[in-house]
Amino acid sequence: MRIRIWGSRGSIASPGLDTVRYGGNTSCVEVCLLDNSRLLLDAGTGARPLGIELMRDLPARIDLLLTHLHVDHVEGLGAFEPIWSPGIELHVWGPPSPVASLNERIATYFSPPLFPVHLSEVPASTVFHDATDRPWSIGSATVCSEPIMHQGQTVGYRIEDSDGAVLTYLTDHEPALASDLTTLPGEWISGFGLAAGADVLIHDCQYTPEEYRERVGFGHSSTEHAAAFAERTGVGRLVMFHHDPLHTDDALEAMRADVLERWKVEPERCLLAAEGTELHT
Amino acid sequence: MAEQVEQRHLVLILARSFASRLATPVWLVDAEGTVIYFNEAAEAVLARRFIEGPGMPASEWSTMFTPLDERGNLVPYERLPLGIAISEGRADHQDLDIKGADGVDRRIGVTAFPLFAHPGECLGALAIFWERPESA
Repeated sequence: MRIRIWGSRGSIASPGLDTVRYGGNTSCVEVCLLDNSRLLLDAGTGARPLGIELMRDLPARIDLLLTHLHVDHVEGLGAFEPIWSPGIELHVWGPPSPVASLNERIATYFSPPLFPVHLSEVPASTVFHDATDRPWSIGSATVCSEPIMHQGQTVGYRIEDSDGAVLTYLTDHEPALASDLTTLPGEWISGFGLAAGADVLIHDCQYTPEEYRERVGFGHSSTEHAAAFAERTGVGRLVMFHHDPLHTDDALEAMRADVLERWKVEPERCLLAAEGTELHT
Repeated sequence: MAEQVEQRHLVLILARSFASRLATPVWLVDAEGTVIYFNEAAEAVLARRFIEGPGMPASEWSTMFTPLDERGNLVPYERLPLGIAISEGRADHQDLDIKGADGVDRRIGVTAFPLFAHPGECLGALAIFWERPESA
């Protein structure tokens, strides 16, 4: 499995001199499976450069796994070049809702007056699926999703390739809101089952502990929480993700040092998500 | 080494978190009726401590506290508010007489309602209860 980060910023795109090293695009991760199937995790503004890259050798099918429908996770869809290609089959997976289909909810954003074109008018063949609690197959991988702690309907994903490599994606996740991460059994911690033993965990790490105290319930984690969650779930590598738009590159590096201070592992097991970062499992 | 766990659904995690913050007694069961959590306020009424673990099946807890209706008849699990919430997927309220683990008789009001994550998918039920003033 090859994993490439195309956007790791939270909330709103934040280009500028202070964010050059880690990037300003919002959430988008590309996953290339053993059988060469292509998955996208979220479609923030990072989907724009990824789309350009994919157009060079366009696969017939792309699966987009959306964690939720907050704007920073879907705003890149309209600029994702492959959807303007009639030959492509785009399968979109996302959290189910009791009141509207995934298609209808995405179309709320992807339609006038917020966007000039209706979702139904894109040339690509789009197929929408609810990400349910039951595992399903995409290419050589088995994918599991579960609702996780964040505002509104939000899911996390666990992707296990045929060679046993596991990637877990839990952006926008505040497990500490409902559970003491150090004392409660894992079954009572949001996202625990998805992350347990993963080779790579991409996890929300938006705040410092001091910032978190002012933002409890916003749906995001602090360095303290990310470290505790990584330790409890026994993951191989933690990729700190969903960087706060106000955090400079220097601030992010200080946060990584804080995580390592708490999660006492080899430094190479704790990474800051940066645009262009490529991981292999 | 990772802990191997069967993850609780987020709705149950949230229900437990909510209950743990309430001063009102709360009792949480899964879809099989197994009690998986009760809060400190419930411990006081039932005179029993909550212990983490696999939980207590309905057959056990529904008789442990000998719930009696207003005529003094033992109420089976299926007719208790939680049993109705699980089996019929609707809320129910009853006044019951129970005997705590300390042997003290108490009159309680119980309201239970099912927890649906999606239509048709009942994950469990939550009961809130309180001691009524006419308790012995």
